[in-house]
Amino acid sequence: MGKYAFYVWGAYGATLLGLGALVVISLRVQAQRRMVLEALQAAAETQ
Amino acid sequence: MINFLANPERFTRVTRPLRSWLAGLTALLFVWGLYLCFASPEDYQQGDTVRLMYIHVPAAWMGLFIYAAMGVASFFGLIFRHALADAAAKALAPIGAVFTGLALVTGSLWGKPMWGAWWQWDGRMTSVLVLFLFYIGYIALHASIEDETRAAKSTAILALVGLVNLPIIKFSVEWWNSLHQGESIFVKGGPTIAASMLWPLFVMVAAYHVLTIWLFLVRLDSEILARKYRALRARLSFN
Repeated sequence: MGKYAFYVWGAYGATLLGLGALVVISLRVQAQRRMVLEALQAAAETQ
Repeated sequence: MINFLANPERFTRVTRPLRSWLAGLTALLFVWGLYLCFASPEDYQQGDTVRLMYIHVPAAWMGLFIYAAMGVASFFGLIFRHALADAAAKALAPIGAVFTGLALVTGSLWGKPMWGAWWQWDGRMTSVLVLFLFYIGYIALHASIEDETRAAKSTAILALVGLVNLPIIKFSVEWWNSLHQGESIFVKGGPTIAASMLWPLFVMVAAYHVLTIWLFLVRLDSEILARKYRALRARLSFN
């Protein structure tokens, strides 16, 4: 990679970080919301 | 088909099995694409910085494509008040913002060694920055209005106004003098890029597309869950 290593790895690193964070956050938020909905549905059944 | 899928329950049921397949396909395409990115030859002028093209171009395309999709969803939301339209546009916005942000960052990392500058206020770069700001504005506006119907209406108008920027981005390199190179793929007579560099680019474009569809389905499912529990919470507190 020579003299361009910083730019190439920097760009691939930023992409990995950006897309990785987007995937992780999206999946975590989905799981949390499912848990909240299930808890509320259980509460609704007991009422 | 649109009417069939516009029902949130039906949409979730139909797309749930699809999500696992798309996740697998995304991983496969990224492994294949990244292998091709680093196995392809270096450019005789740009050297190894040509490898930035394989992640910069798909990110920029997705930034534009997602905004256009948000515009269509916003139009349907505003005019036909489809149940899923606002949820779809809201789910797309953060994905588009990340892709556009990555296009700006990777473009800047390519610009420094090739142009000698991290940034230039030329037509292409400035209009892509404006696109990024539209995404941020859309997300901020949605988050700042509590009433869902009002938030949907305001953000749909903002998304539709932002559509004006898309042709400006596309034709900026033709309308104004720009450091940014002109069109080199969808041109008369075929692409002007060597096949050894075109293949990695196409595989990465496919990987970004499939990733976007998968992320969109995950985020839309998440948005449907949030709307369900908000409605249920309101009902429980009412009782």
